[in-house]
Amino acid sequence: MAVGKEIKTQIASIKGTQKITSAMEMVAASKMRKAQDRMNESRPYAQKMREVIAHLARSNPEYKHLYLQTRELKRVGYIVVSSDRGLCGGLNINVFKKTVQSMAEHDQNGIEIDICALGSKSATFFNNYGGNVVSSKTQLGEKAEAAELIGAVKVMLDSYDEGRLDALYVVYNNFVNTMTQTPEVVQVLPLQADPNDDGMSHHWDYLYEPDARELLTGLLTRYVESLVYQAVVENNACEQAARMIAMKSATDNAGDLIDDLQMIYNKARQSAITQEISEIVSGAAAV
Amino acid sequence: MATSVDCDIVSAEESIFEGKVEFISLTGTLGELGIYPGHTPLLSEVKPGPVRMRKESGEEDIFYVSGGFLEVQPHKVTLMADTALRADDLNEAAAEEASRQAEQAMADKTSEFEYSRAAGQLAEAAAQLRTLRQIREKLGK
Repeated sequence: MAVGKEIKTQIASIKGTQKITSAMEMVAASKMRKAQDRMNESRPYAQKMREVIAHLARSNPEYKHLYLQTRELKRVGYIVVSSDRGLCGGLNINVFKKTVQSMAEHDQNGIEIDICALGSKSATFFNNYGGNVVSSKTQLGEKAEAAELIGAVKVMLDSYDEGRLDALYVVYNNFVNTMTQTPEVVQVLPLQADPNDDGMSHHWDYLYEPDARELLTGLLTRYVESLVYQAVVENNACEQAARMIAMKSATDNAGDLIDDLQMIYNKARQSAITQEISEIVSGAAAV
Repeated sequence: MATSVDCDIVSAEESIFEGKVEFISLTGTLGELGIYPGHTPLLSEVKPGPVRMRKESGEEDIFYVSGGFLEVQPHKVTLMADTALRADDLNEAAAEEASRQAEQAMADKTSEFEYSRAAGQLAEAAAQLRTLRQIREKLGK
């Protein structure tokens, strides 16, 4: 029964793993609900902010803020949002693939690239990959605070202000539903007008209170912060959803493995018994 | 001309109000703003204070915002508040307490930084109390 014993230990070990993965699935499911709530809470603000900024980009302001001017691309910045922990399927890899793809396009045109990594997975990946990581923030946790992100993002904004960066992108996972998360590259700066919104094609401008410069600086900084915060919150919801799915399939796979091994074990046991009986029978016949 | 305008009030935490209004008034950095439908495009910073609006039904509503940004388009008013509260959620006792504390902190100021923070808190608490007073007036009518 040597074979049987080996299989038995293997089954026991897989059962142990299955227990862990199914516990992780349940934890991820409950965390996902909270992360989704947080995402939905901050969505209206980000949405409205985006609308207002789209209007602004279509207006013809007397004062052209730095963030509204399109410059020739020489160096661009990427803010790459990832999770802090693994075991969430292809979530992070998808984001990195998308980033690398988009970076390759710039690379072909001789444009240099700076990276701001949010989340330890992206910090590790881009350090190994060889990107120029200028700032990073890891261990964001499940309840990312806007204030925590600002420091890392400010590095990028500062170099944009100084003219070292000519465009800024943020890459994150967009939460479509529990089953689907799609990586997205969004251009943050310079602002782009929404091409679908053609209701205001004539020449117009806002009244600004107080003056345009002060107001736009405040508003646009808030816009970038809200965009990055939303990306992080959304990525967090994606992380939990992806982990839940990954752990669910791991649990299912463990179940299948156990079934298969159980079958092999039973067969081995049966053939061992058959062999023993036939040995006894033939032994008895010999006597 | 249209007699009502779409109005959205959102705070960083949630969407507070969405619907059509006939008139809306609030405190901008340069003073009180009153907005009717068809207003010229305007971008303004908003100071802590009450936001009053008259809805299509003629009913009045009061909210409290702690600052943020206002965008006005002829057909749409969007208020992005740092925090916004339905007036019912305001707590008078808490606001008075905060105001008293802020005044005290200003009285025995230890540094420039703390002074400006206390001044900010005081402005906010005073704005909350102002909102509450307005509500009481409205109910008293």
